[in-house]
Amino acid sequence: MLSNFIFLIITVLAVGLFIWQIKKIRRNIKLGREKKINNNASERLNKLLLVAFGQQKMFKRPWPAILHGVVYVGFVVINIELLEIITDGIFGTHRVLGFLGPVYSALMAINEILAFLVIIACVIFLIRRNITKVPRLTRGPEMRAWSKLDANVILITEIVLMLALFAFNIADLKLAAISNEELAGSFPISNWLVNGLNTFNVSALEAVRSVGWWFHILGIFAFLNYLPSSKHFHIIMAFPNVYYSKLEPKGKFTTNESITHEIKAMLDPSYLVPTLPEGVEPQKFGAKDVEDLTWKQLLDAYTCTECGRCTDVCPANFTGKLLSPRKIIMDTRDRMEEKGEHPAIFRPNHYKEQGEPRVKVTEEKTLLRGYVTPEELWACTTCNACVEACPVNIDQLSSIMEMRRFLVLEESAAPTALNAMFTNIENNGAPWAFSPSDRLNWADNLFVNVK
Amino acid sequence: MADLMAKGEEPEILFWVGCAGAFDDRYKNVTRAFVRILEHVGIKYAVLGLEESCTGDPAKRAGNEFLFQMQALTNIEVLNGYNIKKIITACPHCFNTIKNEYPSLGGNYEVIHHSTFLQQLINEGKVRVAGGEAFKGKRITFHDSCYLGRANGIYEAPREVLATLDADLVEMKRSRANGLCCGAGGAQMWKEPEPGNKDINIERTEEALATGATVIASACPFCLTMLSDGVKNKNQEDQVKVFDIAELIASAENLNA
Ligand code: SF4
Ligand code: SF4
Repeated sequence: MLSNFIFLIITVLAVGLFIWQIKKIRRNIKLGREKKINNNASERLNKLLLVAFGQQKMFKRPWPAILHGVVYVGFVVINIELLEIITDGIFGTHRVLGFLGPVYSALMAINEILAFLVIIACVIFLIRRNITKVPRLTRGPEMRAWSKLDANVILITEIVLMLALFAFNIADLKLAAISNEELAGSFPISNWLVNGLNTFNVSALEAVRSVGWWFHILGIFAFLNYLPSSKHFHIIMAFPNVYYSKLEPKGKFTTNESITHEIKAMLDPSYLVPTLPEGVEPQKFGAKDVEDLTWKQLLDAYTCTECGRCTDVCPANFTGKLLSPRKIIMDTRDRMEEKGEHPAIFRPNHYKEQGEPRVKVTEEKTLLRGYVTPEELWACTTCNACVEACPVNIDQLSSIMEMRRFLVLEESAAPTALNAMFTNIENNGAPWAFSPSDRLNWADNLFVNVK
Repeated sequence: MADLMAKGEEPEILFWVGCAGAFDDRYKNVTRAFVRILEHVGIKYAVLGLEESCTGDPAKRAGNEFLFQMQALTNIEVLNGYNIKKIITACPHCFNTIKNEYPSLGGNYEVIHHSTFLQQLINEGKVRVAGGEAFKGKRITFHDSCYLGRANGIYEAPREVLATLDADLVEMKRSRANGLCCGAGGAQMWKEPEPGNKDINIERTEEALATGATVIASACPFCLTMLSDGVKNKNQEDQVKVFDIAELIASAENLNA
């Protein structure tokens, strides 16, 4: 049949386009520095189950967690039906899984109830974004027109997809009733709405059924290919990102090994700096641009949901400083796509092309200064609140620290007060200007003997 | 430490005093209070004295990895030279740095923060807080240090220590994993804040004052300074005091000189 053939072509094209986009994103992420992260697979899997599948960190805020949970479960479960839709589409069958009997009925019933709840959740989300304007979702220089539009596009698409699903089910039910057939499956919500189509004749019903069906599946293909340009990419990226996230205590910052070798060679001239394997560059001191960050830090950037939970708890941000950890992550993604490739046909993430940037960046074509200003970086207290808050285990602080390192080590551009602190440590072994010989003065007048 | 070594003795633990513990006038009281507790329980301890130097934490958080590693490698040489196995410190920054960041540079020790240590002493019955009466009915709120709490997951130990005081322990709106920074971390202690509309320590102090507590307990020298400044800024220094948990235990034990 012609329509089956068309469907097959569309499916192949949609999947192919998606793979093409994923390859581009892969190349972008590979711009990053190599870093081996493969230890402790079982602990990582455990985290994956809890944080990514289990949405553990969402529950810090119960209401959004419940609503998001509905959309998430709805997404996963309804997509089981996708198997059936694709099979039906290619082979011209009708509800091919219907032979599952009661299992199929249960599946359809759950689908309908979830689809209904998804619509409600999406409506509430739209209200939160556009009417009550929850601050973390709407404010901040990084929340540009595209980010806001993106969120709305996704929510409306989901509602439309669910409506298409209902249209298909209702028309199908009605047609079955007219021809006195038993339709496989159980449809609590469509059953309830079925009389809405009472005035439709058979051909109209058939039209509704096929439009609903095509709309649903084409919508899903479009959604799939829209993902890589959207914050909604997190529905895929959250899994690898959580898997590869840091297992050590949050207070442990990375050690730069090239510096260790340099110091050791300085202290001991006979020290042999290990030679690096062919093609591996020695690690720079800090990060100026995306290729100085690790691939994991770039993966972070593609995982960000732009939810603003990090910025919302950032002490620097809510006391009016310029720093917003979400902006650091979004800047990283934007710069990566400027430098590397943009995955989609359109270029949504290039904010330099979207009017005046709202922080004082320079014309430099680098992440540091071209996107992120030193003022933002110096406002960070390294408190880890952002890292703790992020539902998809992004490590905003590590990227901030790498850029700070570059400012200090490569450009000697630390604030004056911090340079004074460095000098104190060098000269007195303490960050303050005290004489090292006073280090034991606290023990004076104490009954302890100096040991 | 050098003296002990000369006598051929080895201490059970090394008390890492830290720069604030050694130099900050207010915080020296905490060092003394903690040492009194150590003496009281009769543990064999030592300090490095003049051989101690900054762990390098402020340099590292400020981005000066080079200076950090210089400090770390020098300290590790001293510590390994004395064959140190176990280190105790009252400063969460020293704690975090030595525990988490020294191993990859060759310094492997068992590192304990004084809150955990005090909790152990209390659990073992070595500190009984006989004079706990002094705190009866007093309202105390505990401020989580970022480098103790989120950075290393220690939330309960300091609270359990405070619980022995028989005081009325109240929590601030943001506490434990959601705790709010005092504003000093990440080397902010040594610089002016970036332009904004409020200082972080004022925000945190307001939250602490809102609990109605008359004692704000902390377990970090920088938090202690930031919150004391905040309380002064609010002209509450006569009604509200900021103490380290070691000071509170020492005074409950009547160990204060
Ligand atoms: S670590 Fe830095 S960026 Fe993250 S919440 Fe704290 S101050 Fe903000
Ligand atoms: S970094 Fe994490 S917490 Fe921050 S906006 Fe992105 S997803 Fe949300």
